[in-house]
Amino acid sequence: MNEKEKRPNIERPLTKDMRTDGQALDIKEYVRAGGYGGLRKALREMTPGDVQKAVSDSNLRGRGGAGFPTGKKWSFVPMGKDAPHPGFLISNSDEMEPGTFKDRILMEGNPHQLIEGMIISSYAIQADYAYIFLRMEYGESAKRLSKAIAEAYANNYLGKNILGSGYSLEMRLHLSAGRYMCGEETGLLNSLEGRRATPRAKPPYPQLCGLWGKPTVVNNAETLSNVPHIVKNGAQWFRGLSCTDDGGTKIYGASGKVRRPGAWELPLGTTVREILEEHAGGMREGLRFRGLLPGGASTGFLIEEHLDIRMDFDSVQKAGSRMGTGTMIVMDDRTCPVGMVRNLIKFFARESCGWCTPCRDGLPWVEDILHAIETGKGRHGDLELLEEHCALLAPGNTYCALAPGAVEPLQSALRYFREDFERHITQKSCPWR
Amino acid sequence: MLTETERREIEQELKSYGRKRAAGVEALKIVQRHRGWVSDEHLEEVAGILGVTPDELDGTATFYSLVFRREVGRHVILVCDSISCWITGYEDILCRLQNVLGIGLGGTTPDGRFTLLPVCCLGVCEQAPAVLIDGKVHGNLSPEKIESLLEKYE
Repeated sequence: MNEKEKRPNIERPLTKDMRTDGQALDIKEYVRAGGYGGLRKALREMTPGDVQKAVSDSNLRGRGGAGFPTGKKWSFVPMGKDAPHPGFLISNSDEMEPGTFKDRILMEGNPHQLIEGMIISSYAIQADYAYIFLRMEYGESAKRLSKAIAEAYANNYLGKNILGSGYSLEMRLHLSAGRYMCGEETGLLNSLEGRRATPRAKPPYPQLCGLWGKPTVVNNAETLSNVPHIVKNGAQWFRGLSCTDDGGTKIYGASGKVRRPGAWELPLGTTVREILEEHAGGMREGLRFRGLLPGGASTGFLIEEHLDIRMDFDSVQKAGSRMGTGTMIVMDDRTCPVGMVRNLIKFFARESCGWCTPCRDGLPWVEDILHAIETGKGRHGDLELLEEHCALLAPGNTYCALAPGAVEPLQSALRYFREDFERHITQKSCPWR
Repeated sequence: MLTETERREIEQELKSYGRKRAAGVEALKIVQRHRGWVSDEHLEEVAGILGVTPDELDGTATFYSLVFRREVGRHVILVCDSISCWITGYEDILCRLQNVLGIGLGGTTPDGRFTLLPVCCLGVCEQAPAVLIDGKVHGNLSPEKIESLLEKYE
């Protein structure tokens, strides 16, 4: 199919049932809206393999940032009577990517949707335990998810012999205690075992050797929230929600100095311009657009010439960046690009777990250089040095994706805003201050 | 010494996890909920309950930024210093907080009322700039709102 001609069905499965007063949908309201229908269907009419196939056919790709196909991720879990148990399914709800707030909206507004998605997904991989790994600062989500888990147990959607199907699942909410590294898949596993959230070497991958050495799948909260709808309405319907070949809607968002910062559920592949201008309302009065990070602090800048590309995994990648979490951070013309990149790098330097040298020592070094440039102490050759650091911190040189992600905005800023960097060095001061 | 209540809560928590050590972060947070922070003495007791060495547990405790290993004030203000808040003026918020409280980041007011700490993105970027006080989000801040905001916390 020609992507350009694909017209999506405008539906908003993830958010349409949410209440308008900001309160969570309780179990009665959720069931009245068709909730737990996907679970009933999965348990009564489908084998775990059928559920995996439906999710594979739906072309659902992970919403945590990397965009890995969800069905494919599940397919590596050993199945059958010889499969090791207990197996685990984990919702990565440790939303700490700066500029990202989409999972919070889903968890606060419709906690049962995530829980149902987790139960169905657990069934598909025959997991015995499910954990929601939630960041500590999300107190409201914690309260609402705890209540929803209790309601799900009370209605036998969780626990032993769920709805008489013979399938049993225990679910727990784990409230973390800070640190960005907990969102990294294997760092999360270490954290859940009560350790420092340092990454593990891969392979072995978590599907074979995850939590406590057992088969484990870690999916993002938005990814899992889609699963009930796929099971209930079918893979074809799900693909029809998107402008591209990847299925579904996406919770997009925008922050920075736009008129209406917020988040919106839109067809996957909505253009950057539509999100920025129609939904976020464009720039605040008197400000001009200069660039944006499409999906969190670890994604490279897009600029004016990219506004008409589609916000989907492949299109943004073709433009040299990544869609990431899909919640964009917008930079205006009164914001200094050097200062912005320095703030981003400072975050990553602080959040580095210290496990591997390039990241632990490289990022503070980069921060020092940027600080020098920003305060008028930059030297000729600094930009080349920064570029060298970008190469040294590239994928393959570090244990996990933290440092490679950290230098994505830097690398692109050096390309698109190079003159601004140079002005700092030649003027010996920040032109914005 | 941990109180009976703390011990009971920790024991309860152990049941939620497959193995004792997994409840470490949660156990430390239980102590922190009751005492505001985790002292060496209490850390050692918790390590005993979990069956890990105090050093091992301290390795975990010091990794997590929201487990406090030093005494904090009655109210903890976490100031988001990440990108969306930076763009929308967190530096002015921080500056005002520091001036009003007379302390820097990491400091506690002499009367023990407030501790001021930086925190990474709070996930409320549509309400930037924002701070979290005792777990409650305060968004769309401006320096002028700081003093009346602090008045709510005795």
